[in-house]
Amino acid sequence: MATTLDAQPIANPNRSKFILGGLLLLVAVVYLIVSSTIAGAQYFFTVDELMTRTDDVVGSPLRVSGAVIGETIDYDPDTLTLKFTVAHMPGDQALLDEEGGLAEALYTAVNDPDRTRMEVVYVGVKPDLLRHEAQAIMAGTMGEDGVFYADELLLKCPTRYEEAAPDQVSDN
Amino acid sequence: MLASLGYGALVITFLVSLYGVGAAIYGVTQNKASWVDSSRNAMLLTFPLLTISALSITLLLIQMDFQVEYVASVTSRSMPMYLRITALWGGQEGSLVFWAWLMAAFASAVTLRDWKRDREFLPWVVVVSLSTLAFFLILIIFFENPFVRLWQSSSGEIISAVWQPAGTLPFIPADGRGLNPLLRHPGMIIHPPLLYLGFVSFVVPFAFAIAALITGRTDDRWIRVTRRWTLWAWLFLSLGLVLGGRWAYDVLGWGGYWGWDPVEIAAFMPWLTGTAFLHSVMIQEKRGMFKHWNMFLIILTYDLVIFGTFLTRSGVLSSVHSFAQSAIGPLFFVFIVLTLTISLWLLVRRWAELRGEEQINSFFSREAFFLFNNLIFMAILVICFWGVVFPLVSEASGLIGQAIPALSNVFTGQKITVGPIFYERATGPLWAGLLVLMGIAPLSAWGASTAKTLGRKLWLPTIISFIPAVVIFFLGVSGAALLAFWLVSFVTAITLYEFWQGVGARVRTKGENVFAAFWALVGRDRRRYGGYTIHLGIVLMAVGIIGIEIFQTETQGTVPIGGEIALGDYLVRYDSLADFNTPDGRNVARASISVFRDGEYLTELNPRRDYYFESQQTMTIPGVRSSIEDDFYVLLVDWQPISTQSATFKIYHNPLVNWLWFGSVILIVGTFVAAWPEKDRAAIRENKHLRVQAPASAD
Repeated sequence: MATTLDAQPIANPNRSKFILGGLLLLVAVVYLIVSSTIAGAQYFFTVDELMTRTDDVVGSPLRVSGAVIGETIDYDPDTLTLKFTVAHMPGDQALLDEEGGLAEALYTAVNDPDRTRMEVVYVGVKPDLLRHEAQAIMAGTMGEDGVFYADELLLKCPTRYEEAAPDQVSDN
Repeated sequence: MLASLGYGALVITFLVSLYGVGAAIYGVTQNKASWVDSSRNAMLLTFPLLTISALSITLLLIQMDFQVEYVASVTSRSMPMYLRITALWGGQEGSLVFWAWLMAAFASAVTLRDWKRDREFLPWVVVVSLSTLAFFLILIIFFENPFVRLWQSSSGEIISAVWQPAGTLPFIPADGRGLNPLLRHPGMIIHPPLLYLGFVSFVVPFAFAIAALITGRTDDRWIRVTRRWTLWAWLFLSLGLVLGGRWAYDVLGWGGYWGWDPVEIAAFMPWLTGTAFLHSVMIQEKRGMFKHWNMFLIILTYDLVIFGTFLTRSGVLSSVHSFAQSAIGPLFFVFIVLTLTISLWLLVRRWAELRGEEQINSFFSREAFFLFNNLIFMAILVICFWGVVFPLVSEASGLIGQAIPALSNVFTGQKITVGPIFYERATGPLWAGLLVLMGIAPLSAWGASTAKTLGRKLWLPTIISFIPAVVIFFLGVSGAALLAFWLVSFVTAITLYEFWQGVGARVRTKGENVFAAFWALVGRDRRRYGGYTIHLGIVLMAVGIIGIEIFQTETQGTVPIGGEIALGDYLVRYDSLADFNTPDGRNVARASISVFRDGEYLTELNPRRDYYFESQQTMTIPGVRSSIEDDFYVLLVDWQPISTQSATFKIYHNPLVNWLWFGSVILIVGTFVAAWPEKDRAAIRENKHLRVQAPASAD
């Protein structure tokens, strides 16, 4: 390849080389996306969905959200073991709005004795925002004993003035 | 009074924006210059008007006028002055006004430039800027109004409205709710403004791109005009991201700085396309290629900016940052679809005119490396986008399952999210690829370049780069970490080698001393050496990221006073705990611990836990010992009442993390070098002339 102009006639073989290179990159990216999606996927459930199909999901990584019942919070600082119970709450925004927003939905969830409840165990630092009527979004696995073992715990606490206050992440 | 003034200013700005858009279009289509001038004045007027509006909110915040709902929601009597002022961007409504105000400032600054050589762009730049501004004003005035006040009806009901409803009296809460304690941090005070600055300043190159598409002046004029804007925009966005990470590291108390949270990614995506754009415009300037691609990139960046604001502001995804949920989501969606459609339609209309002047001839040419760089940035963008929308896609795919029962097991409609593992795994190899390109590309030549010519330049710095890698290997590092460190030293070696060669050549030919030669070298080609400096900054940041991602260790334990916890070479001893109330409404529990390393006393740390009475929220503040080598990061997790006097600590050891923050300072320096206005405009024109003469020269 001497000069730019001389190179024009042989541009075609080059073009196919570039297309090949591009395709290889494309294949690599698609592979990365697909394999990483499988590796990083977490199924999102509500407490109801989870408790009705416990057997199918034991051991696989999933996410679940529920309303925290304050009196059940039990924290042992020696072992950093946190136990609490959550009540079922709707999973998507439309249903939450139907119940009058997040704060109302949480209030209803913890005060309704008929709601499905689920025990949660989390080992780690007790998050600052964990309290009665907070929304807990947990990632972890379902144990055979019907207890959810969370390794990530994210909390939302709606307050009077603002619909949603900031959340806080706890990571293990 | 102030609220009415601020609100009035908003409404007038909105009307002025609409007028400006109309006047510019009328002026340019009817060929009436006075109307275009008038639209320009309208653009200039938006800035003082929005300043009045933003100042009104600020004064209301300072005066703690709690009748205004926004003020009551983000301030309280116990907050210091500087936090009351910065509460302007502490909540949804205020931050949108702040966004609009910055937008007006930037757009006004642009209209003040000298338009002599590109006057045809002016009306369309005004149209694009004012349309964007008008969209945000619609959101503010009709949906997220910061000037809404509280009124009490005779039956005691509290009503929020801008104007006093009949039969009501003003309602003034005794105290406000206060800014969320998590946001009371210096990083959080500067982080949103920088991010917003980055966001709004990307509107400027977009406006010029659209102006170029509409007017048909599709040479690289629009790129030259906006080059500096783009660099500043990129710097602000980069710093916004880094400061956000710093805030998370200092405040959120989980020993990390980046969690691949959807909102973090939302701010990250325009950075990816913006960075790709910064690189690919150089190919258009040097070689007249990639014209479609550059247009596409800036259009994408603009809409990702809007999308980013939308994600942070609509609460569509559950995330750490979705501070606010509101009904503005659909509006954002419509605006994004509309602007994307119009922009792409304009691009397609000019497709033929934007054809490249040359073709890529060699796999090893500079432009080929830039092409790969762009492709990789796009790949990372696609991965990020996929991760953000995947939960929505997986849920929506249930519709397929419902429609076709045979597929109902595959498309269950179950919401599936992907965690940080997805992003780290998918983007990791691509970041490595970018580092390789960052190393090789500066040594390649424009136009024709072969493996042989490249290899001749590459061998020496490559060999040098193995020296630190071998040292690191004997320190016991292997696998991915070793590869990552080698890549870092590879890029560093080549970049420094480039500086070295440039300086050496000047010392030999001009007889200058090393410092004078360095100064003159950088001064003569600031863009190039500024770019290299930015690369060095990025590489230093990479060192920090590798350190904390791969070598972070942690432990936790509960100990009585005098008890010890060990982590690696470190040992901490719990000495005492103080529990007291502060005048600004907090209860503080503060531990004193001594840190030892290899048996030697290093320092005392005070991790603490603040409890804010008014918001009933606790905040964990780490005790950190920082050095160039590592951070020793201790959290006070829990403590027992005075009887037992034991406390629980979580301890992180974060090697090299401070290189991340240090690298970002180098990045700022580099951007300043690259973007600082040239002194001598005549000299640039001279250079440009030379460039046209010798387009295939090696830069």
